[in-house]
Amino acid sequence: MWEYSEKVQEHFFNPRNAGALQNANATGEVGSISCGDALRLMLKVDPESERILDASFQTFGCGSAIASSSALTEIIKGMTLDEALKVSNQDIADYLDGLPPEKMHCSVMGREALEAAVANYRGEEWKDDHEEGALICKCFAIDAVMIEDTVRANNLSTVQDVINYTKAGGGCAACHEGIEEILAKVLAERGESFKPAQAASPVAASGKLSTLERVKRIQQVIEEVRPALQRDRGDIELVDIDGKTIYVSMKGACAGCQMEALTLQGVQQKMMEALGEFVKLVPVRATTPAPGLCNPS
Amino acid sequence: MNPIYLDNNATTRVDPSVVEAMLPYFTEQFGNPSSLHSFGNKVGQALKKARQQVQALIGAEHDSEIIFTSCGTESDSTAILSALKVQPERKEIITTTVEHPAILALCQHLEKEGYTVHYLKVDGKGRLDLDEYAKLLSDKVAIVSVMWANNETGTLFPVEKMAEMANAKGVMFHTDAVQAVGKVPMDLKSGKIDMLSISGHKLHAPKGIGVLYLRRGARFRPLLRGGHQERGRRAGTENSASIVALGAACEQAQEHLAYENTEVRALRDRLEQGILAQVPNAFVTGDPDNRLPNTCNIAFEYIEGEAILLLLNKQGIAASSGSACTSGSLEPSHVMRAMGIPYTAAHGTVRFSLSRYNTAEEIDRVIAIVPPIIAQLRKLSPYWGENGPVKDPEQAFAPVYA
Repeated sequence: MWEYSEKVQEHFFNPRNAGALQNANATGEVGSISCGDALRLMLKVDPESERILDASFQTFGCGSAIASSSALTEIIKGMTLDEALKVSNQDIADYLDGLPPEKMHCSVMGREALEAAVANYRGEEWKDDHEEGALICKCFAIDAVMIEDTVRANNLSTVQDVINYTKAGGGCAACHEGIEEILAKVLAERGESFKPAQAASPVAASGKLSTLERVKRIQQVIEEVRPALQRDRGDIELVDIDGKTIYVSMKGACAGCQMEALTLQGVQQKMMEALGEFVKLVPVRATTPAPGLCNPS
Repeated sequence: MNPIYLDNNATTRVDPSVVEAMLPYFTEQFGNPSSLHSFGNKVGQALKKARQQVQALIGAEHDSEIIFTSCGTESDSTAILSALKVQPERKEIITTTVEHPAILALCQHLEKEGYTVHYLKVDGKGRLDLDEYAKLLSDKVAIVSVMWANNETGTLFPVEKMAEMANAKGVMFHTDAVQAVGKVPMDLKSGKIDMLSISGHKLHAPKGIGVLYLRRGARFRPLLRGGHQERGRRAGTENSASIVALGAACEQAQEHLAYENTEVRALRDRLEQGILAQVPNAFVTGDPDNRLPNTCNIAFEYIEGEAILLLLNKQGIAASSGSACTSGSLEPSHVMRAMGIPYTAAHGTVRFSLSRYNTAEEIDRVIAIVPPIIAQLRKLSPYWGENGPVKDPEQAFAPVYA
């Protein structure tokens, strides 16, 4: 069974604003019956102020689809259309205290229903750019279509590239077989063949590194992972190195992100591969003093 | 209120007498059955007895035809990979579109390795076309693997007849019988089935124990090589406690075979009729006239299965669904799709699977609880109006990327 938060369960068992809305003047219908999730969002918009006076939904879908729909209507009631359009799928998920990665698409559907309803009200045609594939990376909720498109657009050729560009495969690594299959398929299209990395994860020669070389390698790993984090509006910075402990600072969206621990684990793994020794990556909060200054331990 | 467990095709409760039988093999009977001394010897004898108990349930001719494995999936993989290994010149496999992933995922993988897999189609009631099957049998086929009973609908396939047809063409036949063993009478010695998979936890034995029945004389290559356990056909120290448990469970299953086909069947029918009498726009999937006595799969139109399960669970009822959300994929159950069940119904399928532990009181409680849950969810559905589905549901609600 999925691990739904209390809030998701509560909104599923007692959905708010469910059912048809009389006098609705904006309707958005999105979703996919083949995938088993579809939603009709109905709004009553005040023509003067463009304020959403009332909202309701009808949903064909699972527990989190119903909860996301319920949350969406609660969030946007009272907002103007422009304010409502600033509500992201992440806002819906946050309102529900998070959704399991496999269920994030339910919040995306909510956001899309909102766009569709606003477009409907304004007499515009809403077009979705939505194409969803099978979920490949469960750690970061990345699907096959996303990976395939990114591989194609950026001429990627290794699993490491895919991790850097999409984050897919950067967590538990169990999906690397699936990523390799996508790479093999796309590479075959451009007449190349997929060359897997060495079967055993490459560990740097065990000869002792000079301090300078060691610092260089640590900096290099940090630089390698930054583009992927920056794409998610986050960042990582090297703060200090104390023996086997490497202090880093997580910035932007990375700070306090639910995936922070996973991200750190991934970076730590890369560090160990690059250095050929065990190291520990410790995040330093902006508010905590730099280590070594007043840390008694 | 005690919870009601109606998900016995997923797994079953271990019979208390089975637990009792296995416990000594964790404590005083800890010996390695391969050892010569008395510690091992006693365990060895217990395994021999368990082997005979399994043999009796499925009507195998020899007890040495029973190979203990770790699970149904291992038995399936062993059977198919062995058949390919012993007949390297044969590059084709015949199976069905509605097999369990233990077979389907393996077959799909083998396709990538260059094998040709023929997936037999099913009709709206989940039945096979034996003429289509007959045409595919040839000396290019290494093995046919067809499930005895479908895990989702309970629909039975005519595997005994299909095995005879395969045998007449010199093709090996395997059946994944994990749902059927203990519910369908079997007498393998009088038929032509070469290999058959059993899973312990489907018949009130623990998880982590399975059986591959291998007809004497059928050519075989092991999946695991190593020690001489299971006569060298499945290396690895025996899971003796679980093997003893499986033996005891098989004996229990044999004693309850008639009960399953009378009492449990009657409860299942009562449940099915009770729900269908009260809930409109609901229908039984699969072949109601030819299915396991314990299984009932009902499609509730215009709502989604996971939502149904969550509400059932809240009231202490455990069942399962073929919706995309519960199958962990983007599509609803491949079994429902293969039968051509429309998406609006396939996502709303709920499987109730009973066991000999269920009571009439429990069934009556479920009959009372299900209809309001369905009505509650239909109130939220864009396909549902005041008192029934909206007019032209597919037209009335057509989401953008359907």
